[in-house]
This record gives sequence, structure tokens and C-alpha cells, in this order.
Amino acid sequence: MMRKTKWKKHSILPGFGLSVGFTTLYVSLLVLLPLAMIFVNTASMSWSGFWAAVTEPRVIASYRLSFGASFAAACINVVFGVLIAWVLVRYSFPGKRVIDGLVDLPFALPTAVAGIALTTLYTETGWVGQFLPFKVAFTPIGITIALTFIGLPFVVRMVQPVLQNFDQETEEASAILGAGRMQTFFKVIVPEIIPAALTGFALAFARALGEYGSVVFIAGNMPMKTEITPLMIMTKLEQYDYEGATAIAAVMLVISFVLLLFINGLQWWTNRKYSHS
Amino acid sequence: MAGHIPLQYGSKQAVKQTAREPFMIRFLLITVALAFLFLFLLLPLAAIFIKAFEQGVGLYIASITDPDALSAIKLTLLVVVLTVPLNALFGLAAAWAITKFEFRGKSLLITLIDLPFAISPVIAGLVFVLLFSTHGLFGDFLFQHDIKILFAVPGIVLATLFVTFPFVARELIPLMQAQGSAEEEASLTLGANGWKTFWLVTLPNIKWGLLYGVILCNARAVGEFGAVSVVSGHIRGLTNTMPLHIEILYNEYQFSAAFAVASLMSILAIVTLILKNIVEWKSGQHG
Repeated sequence: MMRKTKWKKHSILPGFGLSVGFTTLYVSLLVLLPLAMIFVNTASMSWSGFWAAVTEPRVIASYRLSFGASFAAACINVVFGVLIAWVLVRYSFPGKRVIDGLVDLPFALPTAVAGIALTTLYTETGWVGQFLPFKVAFTPIGITIALTFIGLPFVVRMVQPVLQNFDQETEEASAILGAGRMQTFFKVIVPEIIPAALTGFALAFARALGEYGSVVFIAGNMPMKTEITPLMIMTKLEQYDYEGATAIAAVMLVISFVLLLFINGLQWWTNRKYSHS
Repeated sequence: MAGHIPLQYGSKQAVKQTAREPFMIRFLLITVALAFLFLFLLLPLAAIFIKAFEQGVGLYIASITDPDALSAIKLTLLVVVLTVPLNALFGLAAAWAITKFEFRGKSLLITLIDLPFAISPVIAGLVFVLLFSTHGLFGDFLFQHDIKILFAVPGIVLATLFVTFPFVARELIPLMQAQGSAEEEASLTLGANGWKTFWLVTLPNIKWGLLYGVILCNARAVGEFGAVSVVSGHIRGLTNTMPLHIEILYNEYQFSAAFAVASLMSILAIVTLILKNIVEWKSGQHG
């Protein structure tokens, strides 16, 4: 037998060269080469220059804000995402199909449009802002609201199919064995949806970290106070400080890669957990 | 990753209502969920249309027929026409390569396809600045040959290609994986050639998934803001797409005009959602 180390298994289907070749070329030119530029340019900086650029007080303040607001938004999304998924799967009420379709609005609506709409609602004279005792627009609270908006569909769409495929007999069994409804929820249902909810959380968090369009309008962009990290990259670029922008981008990219690995791990866990059914 | 909505196959069946909560708790949960959705989804959407018509229909029409607005709409359409077919083609090729063959480096390829979803749109724009600005990798070459990519239409197209390119592939890969290759193999055994097999066997099987991916790709291509904002240079009438035009109007306190253009994009978003639901329903029927 030919037992050479082949890099491709035999297949009778045609088009291997064409499809793999085109895909690889496209990915290399459009993703690999441009992204490599970040690391090439960062590598050409001196270590002290790089460190100074990424630890500037304004930039540090932006990390703190971006992480804090994204984390808060992802937490809100987990709580309300699970609730919305639960309500959509388990209960029936008028207009349910429309509401179900509307959940994806944050993915379909351009971020800039969402940004100006939310800002208008939450300024001190806005429809919602005027009833609130504290300032929302141009504060970290406003940023959190914008990030909650754009991350909303992730948790709902991750948890919904899990609840749909959930075998209700386990719930019945739990009830027959004497558990109360709350006990059944926390001991039977929650463990089942945790991987999906966590994946949704991570996806919403990752998206929120990089989000720009919906945040810049409601943030007000005050130095040290309401500047998110993507905006810092933008500001550096506008000042033609390409090195500074690239250094911050490199930090964000590394964080994105780590999150991506984490999410892939979560998804692997999820698939393993749900594949038995 | 971010921005990706998996297509939900199969019809949504009502769940058995054997183990359920008392009426009051159900009512409370539904109310809280609906209040949250009203506050976060419905209210912003309503605000866009109400603000757009606040100063009358006359101003609304004037805002969307303004020469700068019209050129922004034209540029956005041009970008969509260039990027969506290219990325659909890429998605088909990538899905074919990944689902029909076993080869080394496959998981690496899948990760690379996912990457643009994980990256901030601002960084997606930045990388093209690093490639094509005067100090960039190709800066000298472009300057000598007088080719403009940055702060011109090609840069906008490239940045949009980057941020939208996973959509079709992400949709097709799981679908084609689930379908397997048996039908294609049968077709080839019966004497059809590769292209014929693709057109007559594969394509009809994946048409709804493909359409779904194209719809999502299209929505993102129209609305992309961050990446395009970095590479566009904001030249009015030349390199302003619709979202950038909205930003300029808003920052100039022309709120009604900004919301008028925003309302056009919101209509598109609603159409996208409706199409998405139709496709989900259709794929549930045939799937």
C-alpha cells in the first residue's frame, strides 16, 4: 500500500484544487496579509515605544471602560436573553412570531443608525432620558445600553434551540419526585442551558469589545471618561499616529484571539454536552 | 462569531405544557421580557421613523433626494454589488472545499474564515491603512503608479469585503456538512460531470442556506460603519456611504435629515428580517 504522508484523503468528488486554491488565495490576500501587517508593524516598534503607547493613561482608561461596559452589557444580556428565550419557547402570547423575528434587529440594523436612535432616546430631553433621575447619554451607562442592544440576539439565539430540544420528561420526572418548580428550574433546566448561555455571553462580550458604530454617538467621547478602546485607535489614526494605533490594535487582536479560543472551547463543550440527545 | 445568526432549521413546534408555571408567574415573565424588548428594540426603531418625519414630509423628501444623500446611496449600492457576489462565490468555494474533502490544515482554514467576526471593525479598517497609506507596504508602488485605494472607493470595497466575508461560508459549511456527499457521489457515478453535479444536485440542496447567507452579508455590507469610516476619508459626494452620511448630518445637528436617511436603512433592516423569516420557514418545509 502507498502509505506516504498524504495531506489529502482520496475523494471521487472533483474541484479540490479549484475550491481549496481559490479559498486559500482569497483568505490569504484578504485576511492573512492585512492582519499580518499589524504584527509586522508592531514588531518594527521598539519595546519601550510599544509599551508607552499601550499604557498611556488615556488608553488604560479606555481598556477599563471597554472591559467594564462590555462585561456589564453581556451580563444584562445573559439574564434577559435567557428570560426572552424562555418566554419565546415556553409560553404563547399574541404577536409572539413578530417579537421572535424582531430579536435579530440588532444584527440587521446598521450600527450607526442604532447609535443615533439610542442617543436620541437617552439624552436629558429624550423620550426615556427625561424620566430618569441620572444622566445616561454621554456616560458609561449609555455605552452599556448601546452594547446591550448590539449583543442582545446572541444569548437568545444560543439558548432558544437548547430549550426547544429540551426533553420535558426530565422536568416531569423532577416534579413527580417532589421538586418544586424553582428547584426543577435551578437543578434540571439551568445546568442544561449553562453552556449555551455562556457561549452567548462570550459572543456578546467579544462583539461589545470591538463595537464602534453604535457606541460613538452615545458615548460623548470625553478623554479619560467615555472613550472606548476602538475609538482610541480611531483617534490615533486621525492624528496620523499610525504606530500608536497599531500598538493598541495589536493588544485588542491578542485579546480577540484569546476570546476566540475560549469560545471555540465552549462550543466544543456545548456540542459534546448536547450530542447525546 | 460576532454577527452570526445560525439558521434555525425545522419548524418551531409548540412544547408540551405539562410542567408549567402558575398563571401569575407566566404573566410576570412575559411582561418583563416584552418590556425589555420594547425598551431596547421597538422604541429605538419607532424613534427613527418619528424623528425622520418630525419636521414634515417635505424635509424628509428633501433630505433623501439631496445630491450628497443620493451619491451616498449610489456608493453604498455600488459597494454591495461588488462585495456580495464576490463573498457569495467565496462562501461556495470555501464550503465545497471544507465539507467535501479531508485535508490537512482544514481547521486552521475554518478559524481563518471566522476571524473577521472576532475583530473590531476599526481594526479591519486599520489593516488596510497599514497596507495602502503612503507609509504602508504598497504605499510607494501606489504613489508611483498614481493608484488611489485609501480614501477612495477601492478601499471602501476592500474593508467591506473583509468584514462581510464569513457570512455565506459560515451559513453553508454546517448545512453542507449535515447533508453529506452521497447525492453528489451518486450523480458522478451516473455520469454527470463536476459542474453539472454542482448545478443540478448541490445548488438546489443549499439554495435556502445560500440565500440566507447572502441576505445577512448584504445587510452588513450596507450598514458597515467602523471599518469604512477608517478607510473612507469622508469626502462628501465621493467616498461617503450611507452610514457615514448619517454620521455627518448628525454631527452637524441636522437631526431630521440624519433620521430620514437612517429610516431608509431601517426599512432595509426590516425587509432583511422578514426575508430571513421567510427563508427559515421555507428551509423548515424543504429541509
